[in-house]
Amino acid sequence: MATYNLDVTKDHCPMTFVKTKIELNKLQKGDVLQVKLLEGEPLENVPRSAREQGFNVLSVTATEQNGVHLVTIEK
Amino acid sequence: MAEQKKLSIIAFSGDFDKLTAVFTLGTGAAAVGYEVNIFFTFWGLDAIKKKLGRSPVGKGFLPKVFGIFMGGLKSVPVSRLNFAGISPKIFRYLMRKNNVAPLEELVEAAKQLGINFYACEMAMHVLGLEKSDFIPEVKDVLGVTSFLKLSEGGQTLFI
Repeated sequence: MATYNLDVTKDHCPMTFVKTKIELNKLQKGDVLQVKLLEGEPLENVPRSAREQGFNVLSVTATEQNGVHLVTIEK
Repeated sequence: MAEQKKLSIIAFSGDFDKLTAVFTLGTGAAAVGYEVNIFFTFWGLDAIKKKLGRSPVGKGFLPKVFGIFMGGLKSVPVSRLNFAGISPKIFRYLMRKNNVAPLEELVEAAKQLGINFYACEMAMHVLGLEKSDFIPEVKDVLGVTSFLKLSEGGQTLFI
């Protein structure tokens, strides 16, 4: 089990969740992906679509940076 | 698990902006778990040519001339205000500058997400193109009935 990081704070729709999905595809079961993203559309979409596809969203937390959140997803 | 949702897109246009719409919708849908099928026909076939620039692809004199004028993914025009091919360059610059994925990145993502690419048999025949003229990700060459069967039970868009 390994932890991977992905930063999509500079990306826009659809690449925020496209990059997340591509990264999740590469992971082994049990691996964890930490996605750094902005509030608004990415924050609503990424955790929701991950849950819908059967991934386990472990946490959604705000970071010290204004408007930046960290979503932790387990495959 | 519920039955997988499905989006099928008929990519008729070979315009930069419309192809951007095709691949934005396609990758977005695939990323949220849809089965995505893209059926490329007529000018849309430019997007899946192996040769990205202007090249005499096709069998016969007229198809070769068409091939040079139409080109591949790197030489697609925008649907309005193309200014002899300057606008697509400006768009690519603006997209990169604003961190919006340019067309090539979307196509790459579509391949990685396993989106199904299909080519229209009839349009290929008219334009003198063969399956070997296309990128290897093109799964099959189809006609209308096969496409209808493929898209059954899902949403279909014509772009």
